Amino acid sequence: MTYENVKKEPLIRVAKRPELSSKKAILVRLLSVVAALILGGLLVLALGHNPIAVYGDIIKGSLLTPTALKSTVKIAVPLLGAALAIAPAFKMKFWNCGAEGQITVGAIVATYFALFHVDDMPPVLLFTTAFIGAALAGGLWGLIPAFFKARWGTNETLFTLMLNYIAIGFVKYLRIGPWMDKGQMFPKIPMFDKAARLPEVFGVHIGWIIVLALVFSIYIYMTRTKHGYEIAVVGESVSTARYSGMNVAKVIMRTMFLSGAIAGIVGWMMVCGTNYTLSDTTANGYGFTAIVVAWLSKLNPFTMVIISAFLAVLQKGSNTIQTNFGIPASASDVLTGLILLCMLGSEFFINYRFVFRKKTVGGDD
Amino acid sequence: MDTFLNFIVASVLAATPLLFGTLGEILTEKSGHLNLGVEGMMFMGGVAGLAGTYYYEKAVGEPNALIAAVIGVVCAFLCAMLGALIYSFLTITLRANQNVTGLALTTFGTGFGNFFGEIMGTAAGGYVSVGTVIKAVFDEGIPVLQDIPIIGKLLFSYNFLVYIAVAMAIVLAYFLNKTRTGLNLRAVGESPATADAAGIPVTAYKYLATCIGGGICGLGGLYIVMNSANGTGGVWVHNSISGYGWLAVAIVIFATWSPVKALICSLVIGSLSVLPYYYQIPFIHSAIYEIFPYLATVAVLIMIIFRKKKNNLPPASLGLAYFREER
Amino acid sequence: METAAIQLKNLTKTFGSVVANDKVSLEIRHGEILALLGENGSGKTTLMNMLSGIYYPDGGEIFVNGKEVIIDSPSDAFDLGIGMIHQHFKLVDVLTAAENMVLGLKEKGRLNTRAIGEKMRAICEQYGFKIDPDKKIYDMSVSEKQTVEIVKMLYRGADILILDEPTAVLTPQETEKLFAVLRNMRADGKAVVIITHKLNEVMELSDRVSVLRKGVHVGDLITAETNPQELTNMMVGHAVTLNIERTKCENPVKRLEIRNLSCVNDDGVSVLDNINFDAFGGEVLGVAGISGCGQKELLEGIAGLQKVSGSIIFYPADGSEPQNINGKSPMEIIKRGISLSFVPEDRLGMGLIGNMDLADNMMLRSYNKGKLPFVDRKSPAELAEKVVDELEVVTPGINVPVRNLSGGNVQKILVGREIASEPTVLMSAYAVRGLDINTSYTIYNLMNEQKNRGAAVIYVGEDLDVLVELCDRILVLCGGKVSGIVDGRNTTKEEVGLLMTSLGGKEGK
Repeated sequence: MTYENVKKEPLIRVAKRPELSSKKAILVRLLSVVAALILGGLLVLALGHNPIAVYGDIIKGSLLTPTALKSTVKIAVPLLGAALAIAPAFKMKFWNCGAEGQITVGAIVATYFALFHVDDMPPVLLFTTAFIGAALAGGLWGLIPAFFKARWGTNETLFTLMLNYIAIGFVKYLRIGPWMDKGQMFPKIPMFDKAARLPEVFGVHIGWIIVLALVFSIYIYMTRTKHGYEIAVVGESVSTARYSGMNVAKVIMRTMFLSGAIAGIVGWMMVCGTNYTLSDTTANGYGFTAIVVAWLSKLNPFTMVIISAFLAVLQKGSNTIQTNFGIPASASDVLTGLILLCMLGSEFFINYRFVFRKKTVGGDD
Repeated sequence: MDTFLNFIVASVLAATPLLFGTLGEILTEKSGHLNLGVEGMMFMGGVAGLAGTYYYEKAVGEPNALIAAVIGVVCAFLCAMLGALIYSFLTITLRANQNVTGLALTTFGTGFGNFFGEIMGTAAGGYVSVGTVIKAVFDEGIPVLQDIPIIGKLLFSYNFLVYIAVAMAIVLAYFLNKTRTGLNLRAVGESPATADAAGIPVTAYKYLATCIGGGICGLGGLYIVMNSANGTGGVWVHNSISGYGWLAVAIVIFATWSPVKALICSLVIGSLSVLPYYYQIPFIHSAIYEIFPYLATVAVLIMIIFRKKKNNLPPASLGLAYFREER
Repeated sequence: METAAIQLKNLTKTFGSVVANDKVSLEIRHGEILALLGENGSGKTTLMNMLSGIYYPDGGEIFVNGKEVIIDSPSDAFDLGIGMIHQHFKLVDVLTAAENMVLGLKEKGRLNTRAIGEKMRAICEQYGFKIDPDKKIYDMSVSEKQTVEIVKMLYRGADILILDEPTAVLTPQETEKLFAVLRNMRADGKAVVIITHKLNEVMELSDRVSVLRKGVHVGDLITAETNPQELTNMMVGHAVTLNIERTKCENPVKRLEIRNLSCVNDDGVSVLDNINFDAFGGEVLGVAGISGCGQKELLEGIAGLQKVSGSIIFYPADGSEPQNINGKSPMEIIKRGISLSFVPEDRLGMGLIGNMDLADNMMLRSYNKGKLPFVDRKSPAELAEKVVDELEVVTPGINVPVRNLSGGNVQKILVGREIASEPTVLMSAYAVRGLDINTSYTIYNLMNEQKNRGAAVIYVGEDLDVLVELCDRILVLCGGKVSGIVDGRNTTKEEVGLLMTSLGGKEGK
């Protein structure tokens, strides 16, 4: 080993970059979406269709007629709601992958009231009771993993994931078992009575008003309240939180209750506003897609509005291209996946940069 | 007796795709990466395996069983590996959040599978289906041996993927516990900084483990699509793989990251899923069986807290990105 | 003369503006135990880390067995036969001792744990260790883990062994065993370096001593020809006059009364043992000690962050009833109106949030004030402006994340926040660590201001020159016990240094 032959050539090294201006950061993210759309376009081209016509159709089929717009909003609302539910938990670095289950549990409770108390409660009371019940149920479902995390540090990602399927499995049981619609061949839960269905405003169930109100409330909650501040501090450093006098376990449990409760409300509007019944697929993957929505929005509620609207457009528009071009509607999943993956990748270029190195650098003593 | 025998056989058949997913995810997680895209990779593997065998059959007319098997396996493995490669690149090199990336991969992979499955179906004029020869490859047991009474049915009546899955569990157990490379991989998953200091190429290990793990998950997808025990074999059914991937993620925990236990756990879960078709159990509703694996997994997650021993814990660095300069 | 195992020539290493090692030249020889002696922050560990491939030197040369080498990574060091046992063991917990031996080794063939075990046993027999190759690391005591680390180095063919404060975690009996092993290695012709600041160990074990002070190599001594007093003097150096202002204590009032304070940490080790002292308003009470002698637990125990037994009686400034605050959470302490400020050692990990801006960091300790559920961001912002202004913090504004500021400015923010509440008791841990001279003086002045205002200031420090000039009284901790409380005006740093190493002094005032 001599000096000459060991002298290391400069290597490419990854380093944190100084703050990128927010304009540039937005530009990088937009570019990543464009890249994903180009990739999708190439796929369309390979199938022998004109990408521009297909994308045009997606827009037309999701936004340009009132009916289409309404269905798009109906997709965007629960997605946005679920993303809002996840935001406080993620801010606390509690990886709540259980919105799917929390939605389902909320939906179960809402369905209970809609099916069995529709006759003995006036609509407003029914909606309110179902709403509160769904919120409580979702909140408690979220509280379980929070309790174990706060007390013993169990892995919340895996815990919340498993609770999803327990909730969904329970719906199956209700569907085949006690809540089965006796009059049907295929085991399913009966449709709700008209009186148990949420009223509509501008053609979409009132859930959208609630979710929009939530956008503002969550924004205020996270940025302006003591609770929001506690969540941020716990997420950044548990020892600082303890130092500043916070009860970390309490913050974790309270926040997860809130997160689950909002997801429960989403479940309520899914069954009472959209599907008018409960099924295994009531949550419809929104709980998972919402995680990505929340993450890519940097947990900012207003950005979530944009991203969930965008994904809803893709999903609704894909049905149109199935009819018009014979391209399977699953294209929306492919495109959504591509966009999510590209945006995830682009985060790297916002936070890091490649540099060349000459020598080993050390940290502090 | 016959019912029991049939029940056992059905259990094994139901357990195999879960075992593939579980083994692939164990290998992945041992490198410290939690890939929640198992289901997506299964979809990718499933559709690619079907496409490979289908177009091979179309090209030659009279397919050779062995070649068809190889093509199916290779296509499924490589395509799922491609999904895993996207995940690895994002999480290892670009340091994206593992949970979020895995979920995005599930969305992408599910769409990928259904999309191409339906494209092939449309091209074939309705739905895509392979011929009897290829169907037999993924359904038939070992000739001659399977005709031995009882034992033949119990041990030799399965398609080749079942034997591959079992062999893979044993090989993986041996690899992780008895080889130097396996040892190094475990060190990477436990403590990348220590592994790095010991001169182990951490990044290379992480890439290889996640990619090969993804490929193995893909074989689970291939099995679900091609084998007829779980529905119709050799055709694409929309969303046919849904749920298997998450079940595999659950079994990884249930089996406490051990390939040999994965063998047993997936058999238990598989048998529960077919139990209602063979026996009526009073008082317990069949839908409750389906919850059982997840309940068991939650129980395991809680139980491992109270264990004094640090055995059977998730790899210590699971889910954390490793950046040497942030030591 | 025989070639030295390792020869260092003018090795220099800097971290930012701090020079950790300044042109250090020394020799490590086969068949000899070298003690590398120095206070905390004197650059011992940094120097040895350059040999083990953790750091890369900024200047100077390293020769191994007479040949110049480059050590760019831990595996380069292994290849040269250099093995370092760090204070934080580099072992994988879930693997067995035998499995840890071969991690990352580029040997061929299958993994034969029995063969590894055999080889380990041979090493153990040769030097007098005892270790079970099949035992998992997580089942091992600290001393067993250390043994595994040493065996690992030998297994990998190290013949130059560097141990970083190996006895810090050991009981006296375990220390004896370790020393016996090290002597066996010396007899076997290996070169052994132990990094330490314990003089008794130096005297007992080493053949030669190299002393570092503030990054500079101040001399080599033959152990047999020296004594602890001479070593202490070399280690602490001549008294430097810093001209830190020290005002007279005006009628001190008791603010804090600590009785029988003890603490057992998570590993079951006793880290504080029956501590008794009082802190008075209007004085600066220094706390001196080798790092890890219980300073952290002492301050965190008082602040309600660490479980301790004994009593912590707080005497409020308004003359109200004294109260025992032990067992109270930090929130309860705040709610009881106890005015206790704490500048912790880990500034960005405990005292502040790096990713939050100055204003948000200002409200860490006060965010819960008021009955409304909303946080008041106005007064923290004003406070931030005030701190920036008064302490001359260099920052583009109060809305930048704290992590973007330099170390000195970060500390000004932290200290500024803690003194803003005009505390009755102000505790600070290593308040000037890593800061430049000017900022350090700003901090000293702030401490003095608080003292003059009537606060009881507890100052945990490592620089003895500062302690003897700044503090009115100095409490010296050694191994979790109070080894003495001395008057800051009438003591010398030699006296404090000896108390720190527990070689002299009796408890008392």
